[in-house]
This record gives sequence, structure tokens and C-alpha cells, in this order.
Amino acid sequence: MKEKTDFSVLIGGKAGFGIDKASSFIAAIFNRLGYRLYVYRDYPSLIRGGHTFSIIRASREKIASHNNRIGFLLALNQETLDIHKERLKEDAVIIYDSDVVKPGALPSGIQSTGIPLTKMIKAENLQEIMRNTGIIGAFCKVSGIDWNILETVFKNSFGEKAGPNLKIAKLAYDKAKESIKITPTGEKPLPVVSGNEAIGLGLINGGLKAYISYPMTPTSPILHFLAGVAEKFSLKVIHPESEIAVMLMATGFAYCGQKVAVGTSGGGFCLMTEGLSFSAMSELPVVIVLGQRPGPSTGLPTYSAQTELHFALNAGQGEFPRLIVAPGDAEEAYYWSNIALNLSWKYQLPAFVLSDKTLGEGIFSFDYGSIKDAGETSAELWDRNGTYKRYLDTETGVSPLAFPPDADAVIKANSYQHDEAGITIEDADTTVKMLNKILRKEKYLLSELDNYESVRVYGRQDSETALLCWGSNKGACVEAARKFSLKVVQPIALHPFPAGQFKKAMVGVKKLITVENNATAQLVRLINKYGFDADEKILRYDGRPFTPDELETEIGRVTGK
Amino acid sequence: MINLNTNAVNTWCPGCGNFAILNALKAVLKSLNEEGLPLENVVLVSGIGCHAKIVDYLNVNSFYSLHGRVFPPATGIKIANPALKLICHSGDGDAYGEGLEHLIFAAKRNIDITAIIHNNRVYGLTTGQYTPTSPRCFKGRSTPFGTKETPINPLEIMLASGATFIARGTSNGLELLKKILKEAILHKGFSFVDVLQVCVTFFNMYEYYNKNVYEMKDHEPGDFNMAMKRVREWDYTTDTKIPLGIFYEKKAPSFEEEFSRSEIPHADRKLQIQQVLEKTI
Repeated sequence: MKEKTDFSVLIGGKAGFGIDKASSFIAAIFNRLGYRLYVYRDYPSLIRGGHTFSIIRASREKIASHNNRIGFLLALNQETLDIHKERLKEDAVIIYDSDVVKPGALPSGIQSTGIPLTKMIKAENLQEIMRNTGIIGAFCKVSGIDWNILETVFKNSFGEKAGPNLKIAKLAYDKAKESIKITPTGEKPLPVVSGNEAIGLGLINGGLKAYISYPMTPTSPILHFLAGVAEKFSLKVIHPESEIAVMLMATGFAYCGQKVAVGTSGGGFCLMTEGLSFSAMSELPVVIVLGQRPGPSTGLPTYSAQTELHFALNAGQGEFPRLIVAPGDAEEAYYWSNIALNLSWKYQLPAFVLSDKTLGEGIFSFDYGSIKDAGETSAELWDRNGTYKRYLDTETGVSPLAFPPDADAVIKANSYQHDEAGITIEDADTTVKMLNKILRKEKYLLSELDNYESVRVYGRQDSETALLCWGSNKGACVEAARKFSLKVVQPIALHPFPAGQFKKAMVGVKKLITVENNATAQLVRLINKYGFDADEKILRYDGRPFTPDELETEIGRVTGK
Repeated sequence: MINLNTNAVNTWCPGCGNFAILNALKAVLKSLNEEGLPLENVVLVSGIGCHAKIVDYLNVNSFYSLHGRVFPPATGIKIANPALKLICHSGDGDAYGEGLEHLIFAAKRNIDITAIIHNNRVYGLTTGQYTPTSPRCFKGRSTPFGTKETPINPLEIMLASGATFIARGTSNGLELLKKILKEAILHKGFSFVDVLQVCVTFFNMYEYYNKNVYEMKDHEPGDFNMAMKRVREWDYTTDTKIPLGIFYEKKAPSFEEEFSRSEIPHADRKLQIQQVLEKTI
């Protein structure tokens, strides 16, 4: 019997079939067996109907992407089989509800197991949605996974209501035949989180006091997650009338000294830009989690893209400093969200965590123990000498803070150009002096970024060919580079751009291949400013993330290997 | 003796109705201070427009926001620290045009803040265009042949949106204005005061208001239906008597009360993060 060490399971059906829940069970089962996970969720922008699927990939190695080719296909309707047939590996296994799916002729290496789930559900008088747990029962038997593991996972999730689901799963389990062996790895299970949850927890670790957001894919799950844990972490979580209100409400929290973040996607961020510029002018720090998805305009709301780099770089009227970081997996999402919050307060400016649907809604094995604790840095506070000036001009441009109520300080925030006390001014000299004060902060922020691994390098260090990536492409790039013994360069801080660290990472690189989920190579447009260019561009802008197997083909094409 | 003045040079036109609001507010703040309100607990929030300069002219905490964006930051500040006293200044273009949704939501939430609308019914700082409360056929620089739309009645909107204190004053009736502002600030919940403030340069309504306003005497502010009737006496366009005073007042839970949270030290947070993570295994 063949043993599997790295495999992907696709489960699909219509929205409303419980695909999401089923994929989380499959992930939990693999986690208990000691595998490392990544789950890709693909769903259209609707509530019921339409085709929806998840790919659960399990590996003995730590991973941050799924593969296009699959070893297991779990089909709850005909469409799932028809659409995903071409993804099947030569020795793939199909498990399907034989009452509604007709497999037809299949290539010789493919094994198939049909279970009459619809009839069994009817006979047992159970709910139709439980076909999702039934098919998991059949899958566990076929792949030689011990019944006890499935039972534990269901009991953990359903509690006392696990009964009916266990019943149908057991019937399907007993009906199927073992043909493949997925064996335990011997490793301990890890926490399993979405990128969005990792961002939320990283912000909490940095001392987040308030999270404000208007629902928008792909960052709404941060709002849902933090609203759920608000009591536990003493958070104020608010869903106001619009993104305009979100951003301005956030500045109100910052005025009171409460660390605050907001979350949105491109369309919502359009509405936040006036508030962004205000945050910079009034020096009220706000962290913006910007989850990218394909545009222009409404675009493909539930799919993924890396198209807002230059939007984040340039949004807002006037000239002002900002921080932009783009984490590439769950651990980086946690760590860099924490850092973004810390630095936004240290320098009193807006900071971006640039995410996307692939990172935010992707589900990862989370190696919490491997993450450095960035902690919570306290902002520079007023020393209480003399008359308080909110916008005191200092060497670094950072003015010490006081928060209301303070009997010794009058605290004035202002969207107009203002003097050190925060009173509106229009004279030329004060204008220049105060704008210089704000702009000066960026220089110190840039040198601060050298305290961190702001540009990461993976793969073969002395390779003359390197892949350039940012954000969620990291996982696919690191894996694909391994096959070709390439170097991978991943800038995480994108503004201010850590040009020194980037230059160092590029030493010895003769051929640079950029890999980006956009049509215009946005990161290349950024590095051009620092004298670098890409020799080849692998760009994907169909709303789907790169997968290592597909990327290998592309790399082969551009390198001629 | 408290000093409420700053060194900012006042740039309102001579005769501007904003002076009356400034003077009324100073008097109210002094009186509230004497009665025990620490001035450092006061935060003024303003939008953009002539009205908004008031925050530069008062030596108390202030938040000079964007056009139309008075209530979102005020809401954030109040939730962040419910001990603070939020007094929001907004213009008619600001509150009823660019920021109407925020005004409605502030009323809907009954957040404990006070909204003072400097309603001069004309854009002053952009030199004379019509606003949502300009009378029908108003000739402004963007509507030289007269507006073709009827004004909104902001008091009616506020009553329908759930505001728990609704009043109207004028910049030409200082004593009544002081009384109304003080009650509005003391009201727990969202208090709304529409001040018919005269713009001497672009829409001088002094004589018109002097002729038409009257103070309500026989009114029951606790009666919603009666309040609606009084609110509808004047529609901001028809030549008729204009009632002043408190139209509506009601006790109701305020939004910020929902958010009482205790501080958690970093070490405990870390432990709880671990607990959350363990549950996902």
C-alpha cells in the first residue's frame, strides 16, 4: 500500500453544502496526524448555490501554499468532479456521492469510491447537509485513517450534538475500503489559524485596544474573530456606518492613547484615504489592515490579488510618511502586525499591514513558538515640564504625547497645518517648519527597520538566479525555488523601503524573476526607484494565487530549464 | 479665574453669529466648571467651515477634524474614555450635507455627546453656495437662478433617528442659547442643538429671524408626538413662525456604556493568546 507524505484533498459542492466546515474537519484530522497544513478556500460572492471548494494540503514540511494538482477529490455533486477532473494526479482517489455523481470513464490509475450518501441520509432520517461529514467518513477509511481520530475531531467540534454526524460518518466509513495509507508523522499537532486570525492576535500582542471595521472581504473575518474574543482581550470592537467613519473613529481612539487598528479592502480603503491623510497630519497613529482582492472597482470580491501596493504607497492628499509591511505567512502576519502597531505609535503615523485573500483567508499550521515576541512598546510621553505642546518640534520629529483628561495639558489635534500647540496657522515659515517635522520622522523609521529582518532571503544563497516576491506569494516561491536551487528575496517592509537590506540580499544575483499577483509588476515598479530591475516577470492576475506546481512550470519556461 | 482664550487671532466677520455661540459656550463652560466639571475633561470636536474655528479660540482640549467628520472621532473619543465631555461643533454643510450619515448614526446610537450645529444655511468659507437647509429658490454662487430643491428639516431627521435631546436656538438670543446649550451638555445621551446662526456676509437673516422666532412655552418635551408636531411647524423654507427651545428629551441607555473594559497586562495577554491557539489544535 502506498504511503503519502505530501498530498492535497479537494472537497467541493454548492455553497450551502457545508464545504467550509468539512474542510476544517479534514484539516483537523491531518493536524492530529502531525501534518503541516495549508487550506485554500475558493468561493463565489453569493450565499447559496454556485460552486465552492477547498483544497486542504498536508505535508511533513511546513508549507504556506496549496498545490494545483490533487491526490484526493471529494465530490458532493457532479459539477465538482467535472470542474476539477483536470487537477487529478495520475494515482488520485475520487470519493463521491454515488446517488448524484456519475464518474464516467476515468484514466486507469485513478481509484474511485462511490457511497450512496443521499440515500443513506434519507434512510437514517438525517439532514442533507450531513453528506459533508459522511464523505469525510468514507475518505478516512479509504486513506487508512483511524476511526478514533475522526471521532475525536467531530466530538471536539460538535460536542454533544456530534451523534448524527458520527452516525452517517461511521456508516460511510464502514462501507468504504482502505486503499491508501496516510500515516501519522510523529510530530505534535500545531495550532491552526487563518492569516486573518494571526493578524488579529499579533495586534493584540502589540497592545491593541480597539478594532474598527466595516465588513468587506477578505478582512471581515478579522472583525468577526476580534468581536468574538473582545471580552477576553478587553478590546472595543466596533462596526460603524462606513469606512469613512471607521478611519475617523479610529483617530478618536488614538487621540485618547488607545492603540487602534482598522481593516478593509481596496474599495473600502478608497473611502479611508481622507482619514489616512488626517491621521498623518494630526499624528494620530492608526494601523490599516488592507486585504487586497482583484479590481478595478468591485472586481472579483472573493478572490485574491496584489494590486494595492502603489495605492497604499500614494494614497491620501499631501506628502507624509507611512509604514507599509507585507507579511507572507501566518507567523509573519502575527509578528509584523505587532511591529506595525508598535512603530505606528513610536513614530505617530499611519501603518499598513498589506494582506490579501490568499493570506487572510488561507489557513495555516501556526508555529507560535518560533515567533519572536515583538512585545508592546510604549509611546514617548510628555515629561510634564513647562507648557504642553502637542506638536513640539523635536530632533526626530516625534512629539511627546499627553492624553485627555490631563489637568496640566491642553491637547489640540488639528487637520489644518498648525503650530506646535495645535492652533491653525497659514504663515510660510511655520508651514515649512511643521511639515519638515512630520517628514523627518520617516528617516528615523527607516533606520529603525534595520532592527528587523525587513528583507528575507530563502533558498540557495549563492544562486545567480533569484525569485522576487512579496506577501502571500512567498510560500509558493520558496517551494518552487527549491526544485531549481534558486534564491528567493522577499522584502516585507515596503515603505520606507529598506534599500540597504535589499541591496545586500541582491548581492550575486544576475537574473531576477519577479512573481506577482498583478498585471503590472508593482514591486518591480517600486525597486526601479532604487536602481533594481527584474529580468523576467511571472504575473498572474486571474484572481487565483500561485501554487508551487504551477509556478515550477512558469519558472521552467523563463529559465529554459 | 479660568482663562478660556487662546492667542489665535479671530477671523470671523464682524457681526458673525458664531461670536454668540462662542460667548454662550464660554459662559456655559465657566458655569459648568463652577459646578464641578473639570475643564480638562472637555473635548471640543469640529468639522471644517467657519464654525470650526471655534476650537482654535478656546483654550480647552480640541479635535479639529475634517469636513463632515465630526461625529465619528467624537464617538471614538467617548468610547475610549467615557469620562470625557464631548462637545461637537458642526456646520450645516458639514452635518447635514457631507456628514449626514454620521449625524444619523450618532443619534441612532444615542452616544453621550452634544452636537451644536452652526446652521447659517449657507456655505460661508467657500463664499456663498446653498446648503441642505437653504430655503427653496435660494440664489447662491452655484445656483445663480435659485435652488430647485427643498431643504431638509434636520430636527425631524433627528427625531426619527433616535436623538434623545433635540433643541433649536438662535445666535441672536444669547440667554436662551446659553440655557439650551447647558441643558444639552448635561443631557446623558445624544443631544442635538440646531442653532440658527446668522452669516452677515452671505445670508443675513437677522431681521427675518427677529421677526419670526418665538420661544415655546406650552410644550411637553417628553411627548414624542407633540415634539414631532412642533418640529414640523417650520420647514426651513415657508415664511411662518419659528419655534425655539427644547423640542424633545428622553432618557435612554447610551452607546459608550456597552464598552466598559478593564486593562489587561501584556503577560496575561500572552497567556490568553496561547489559550486561544490551543483551542485550534
